[in-house]
Amino acid sequence: MKIKADTGRCVGAGMCALTLPEVFDQSEDDGTVEVLDPEPPAERAAAVRRAVQLCPSGALSLDSIEE
Amino acid sequence: MTEATPRLSTFPLARERTFDPPDELARRRAEAPLQRMTYGDGHEGWLATGYAESRAILADARFSTRPELMHSALPQRVELRRDPLPPGFFLQMDPPDHTRYRRLLTGQFTVRRMKQLEPRIHDITQSRLDAMEREGAPADLVRSFALPIPSLVICEMLGVPYEDREKFQHDSSVILDLEASTDEIRTAMYDLLAYLSELVAAKRKDPGDDMLSGLAASEELTDAEIAGMGLLLLIAGHETTANMLGLGTFALLTNPRQLAVVRDDPDAVENAVEELLRYLSILHIGPTRTALEDVEIGGTLIRAGETVTLSLGAANRDPERFEGGDTLDVTRSAQGHLSFGHGIHQCLGQQLARVEMRIAYPALLRRFPGLRLAVPPEEVPMRATSAVYGVRRLPVLW
Repeated sequence: MKIKADTGRCVGAGMCALTLPEVFDQSEDDGTVEVLDPEPPAERAAAVRRAVQLCPSGALSLDSIEE
Repeated sequence: MTEATPRLSTFPLARERTFDPPDELARRRAEAPLQRMTYGDGHEGWLATGYAESRAILADARFSTRPELMHSALPQRVELRRDPLPPGFFLQMDPPDHTRYRRLLTGQFTVRRMKQLEPRIHDITQSRLDAMEREGAPADLVRSFALPIPSLVICEMLGVPYEDREKFQHDSSVILDLEASTDEIRTAMYDLLAYLSELVAAKRKDPGDDMLSGLAASEELTDAEIAGMGLLLLIAGHETTANMLGLGTFALLTNPRQLAVVRDDPDAVENAVEELLRYLSILHIGPTRTALEDVEIGGTLIRAGETVTLSLGAANRDPERFEGGDTLDVTRSAQGHLSFGHGIHQCLGQQLARVEMRIAYPALLRRFPGLRLAVPPEEVPMRATSAVYGVRRLPVLW
């Protein structure tokens, strides 16, 4: 599982950082998404999917080819 | 959809029960979650009451939030739609204008920043509780707790003097009053904008460590733009959380078992706040969007130029998404509710609101374990005609 983040689409709502702070953070400057761990371990997969689903602007997507 | 039920000719606002959205909305949702509605100006637009449909509309960039494209579902708001938008009022702008203004603020409302505010919000909450204790029962929880906490917080953040609260609280309640006349709303709006413009000019001369000063220092914005942004933040920053705290406490007081969970189990508070947000859905009407091109939502074609009014209250209780959604259950997973909206306009201050509620509800219930209503529940005056639903007063004893 690989996380892709589009900071151009991000509106800084913070849903990802709220849901999974171990994987997502927000930039100090403009609040846009910062992915701390772009290839999180399998045990985080469900939480990552939830964070992606909760993103209001569609800035997050998953690349699951390797699964 | 079937045409068995006549088309609605206005958005239903009257509630049969205190905490539930109007029954008409639930009936319409069961019949067709996206259906035709006739607007105040005669426009044949849409009403969305389903969760999936509402979420899809809010996420879709082919829908605009610009007021000049919008028809009003309420006859009394038709004329206001033609007024020019205050500069900087980015809630009603599309990209790229919206993006430009919002980006200047998002760094100030991150999850981490809001976490750093926790000690200050905790202190403000405790000092309000101390004051309530000193003044003694009965008290109006709105005046002594629900309104001051978010007002004090947003005033400090923006750099608006709290002593001026009567002015901005009055103006903002007029702006949100769905029954106020067009002239009353215009007067309140321009009054508040003039107040904020003066404040911004003063910040340019004598800056403080606050958001309005920061925006003024950035030199990217005119005073009028900063005043418009300030107007949005000030109204959104205190009215919404204040009503969640007031109405939420009322809901808990009438559901003692749910109240006990919030009071006694710190681990349950986070989720309880989400469930209160979902169950109460205080935005009485809307949001509203207009299609910029033909868009198909769940098999229904919305044509370019047609307006859709959403009911977040109905969407948040859609049985397809939240089973038994008409019941307050602070232990259910309420994640994914639409109370802060969805899409690029999703509430900028939502992480602040969460922190305020997570601190304030349990602090109140722990300080006054015997907290109860001072009047029968049916006598609590409701904000039945405000764009933000809630209690006008909440008389309590302890």
